[in-house]
Amino acid sequence: MRVQLAVRAHANPDDGADAAHGVAASEHGVGRAPTAREVAADRAFRSVTLALAWSVILLVVLILGEIFAQALPAMRQYGVAFLTGREWDPNRATFGILPQIYGTLYTSILGLTIATVLGLAVAIFLSEGFLAAGVFAVLKAAGLAYRPRFEALPERLEALLRIVVELLAAIPSVVYGLWGIFVVIPTIRPIAGWLHDRLGWMPWFSTPLSGPGILPASLVLAIMVLPTISAVSRDALARVPPKLREAAFGLGATRWEAILAVFIPTAATGIFGSIVLGFGRALGETMALAMLVGNSNVISASLLSPADTLAALLANSFPEAGKIEVGALMYAALVLLAITLVVNALGTWIVQRATATLEGQR
Amino acid sequence: MNARPLAREAALPDQGELERSLRHPRALFSFVMSWLTGLVTVLTLVPLFSVLWLLVVRGGSSLSLAVLSELPPAALMPGGGFGNAIVGTILMVAIATAISVPMGILAAVFLADFAPDGRTAIAVRFAAKVLTGLPSILAGVFAYGLVVATTGTFSAPAGGVALSVLMLPIVLLTAEEAIRAVPARMREAAIGMGATPTQVVLRILLPTALPGILTGVMLAIARAAGETAPLLFTALFSEYWMSDTSPEFLPKAPGDLMHPTASRAVLIYNFSSSPFDNQIELAWAAALVLVVLVLAVNLCGQALARRRA
Repeated sequence: MRVQLAVRAHANPDDGADAAHGVAASEHGVGRAPTAREVAADRAFRSVTLALAWSVILLVVLILGEIFAQALPAMRQYGVAFLTGREWDPNRATFGILPQIYGTLYTSILGLTIATVLGLAVAIFLSEGFLAAGVFAVLKAAGLAYRPRFEALPERLEALLRIVVELLAAIPSVVYGLWGIFVVIPTIRPIAGWLHDRLGWMPWFSTPLSGPGILPASLVLAIMVLPTISAVSRDALARVPPKLREAAFGLGATRWEAILAVFIPTAATGIFGSIVLGFGRALGETMALAMLVGNSNVISASLLSPADTLAALLANSFPEAGKIEVGALMYAALVLLAITLVVNALGTWIVQRATATLEGQR
Repeated sequence: MNARPLAREAALPDQGELERSLRHPRALFSFVMSWLTGLVTVLTLVPLFSVLWLLVVRGGSSLSLAVLSELPPAALMPGGGFGNAIVGTILMVAIATAISVPMGILAAVFLADFAPDGRTAIAVRFAAKVLTGLPSILAGVFAYGLVVATTGTFSAPAGGVALSVLMLPIVLLTAEEAIRAVPARMREAAIGMGATPTQVVLRILLPTALPGILTGVMLAIARAAGETAPLLFTALFSEYWMSDTSPEFLPKAPGDLMHPTASRAVLIYNFSSSPFDNQIELAWAAALVLVVLVLAVNLCGQALARRRA
């Protein structure tokens, strides 16, 4: 490192000249060589930062190890049958998490589908300057577009909208749960009742909505995942090289022909990565689901039926769990960890690759 | 594609054809889709404003000084508040901040300045991203195994450890970005004057990157203050103040910390499913206080980031 510094200092002729006058300058306290104490302090500080950087890796390893160690006794006892069992009864010490795995995947995929459609629309709206163009058109119609006071308004409003969408992610999950109980469920109850009456023969509407259930849980989940998807996809769309953008419009494409045929395919990897990251968030989301999903141990295709998820099972059972049940819950935590870890690592990798490819094209 | 000269005599295209008219299916499609995305965007903002509106209406009506300073009421009891939950939340977020902020910033210094492209840095960055995606409840399971199982009791420090796991990657990744954004000429000027790398970091990089680092810290605090799931595994909840002697809300001895500790987020969760109106109203009031705090910290952080840019 010392050698490197010397090389850097000499790479610049001005610096070289400074170094030559180093002795003279040192009288004023500038441009002198570091003292032995400073060198020692430097070494110590750098080792500390290195150790702390390593400790981040260590922390991940420790988390994996700790959860694995906690789950180990239950793994020995229940084995693979734990993953396929359908019963969770602490009194008889029979534990199985198939309904929870099913419910986790069902709510996550449904919520993710809704969030993808909405999030992608928001990302396009924010990245293609629709709002700015609209506000400008309105101002122009009013004859105010070029007044100094209104000149910056379109861009400002767009930045404001971006912040507001990001605020969706800032609201704590437990508040969304509260909102879901008192707003979403009462709102969708009549609609759900109508669907069940008219379309009850379809498996998706075969049960009445008694209150909490898959549909309200997925709707709230979609709102919580949406900011992740829209923010990452917006970045991907903004990274589409300008030459592609201009070429598409130069060929006479309408705005939406360009979006569908050029921008989205170019940003596809990044958008896909954002969806995978959103999936990871949906799988691990706990409180809102624990409050809205109904926590009942059933496997049903119906959107209106209550269900359970892995994270909700952990949150709801743990505070009152006895020793044996805690062991089984740790096993469930390990399963959740394995699923989210794979999904997240995949998403991170895809986004990184997409970013690298597009940066290279620039 | 040969360079055939354009025929001069080719008639100019019909001006009318070039005009954007909604009678063309292509233009109509584009027009409809544009409006549709705008509508969807507005639609996604409805939940945000619905949440805020409801919090103000339902939470605001039961908000008072007593609510902020009294203990939670038992079932069927009138009045009461969540003073102990406020103290508990502040305490646990403070513990988490004390752990995660120094660790995150110093590790970020290593990533951004000392060895940005080394193998360690790449591995650390990946580890931090993995931590970002860690479900919050698993941070609670981890702290349960590490602290609760070892000390034998649910406690505020256990909650702090769980929250610090969630704060660390946010602090680390934003601090790294902020340090990288410091202009290279400032760093090089310091090196040219004979500063050691440590002096460069402490005198130049960290002071210059401070607004960006603070943004990350604030976002992390906002996240931690709203977390519920990890606290269910670590701090649980308590109906009482932290200490028996007056003033009761301050822990006096280290032993006072080693009890289950209340937090606002867990209170909202517990009371939201309560059949008693008074407790439900308290949950709304607590949610209002929580969201106001979280949004304020968040917006401060973003304002700091904007000033830097």
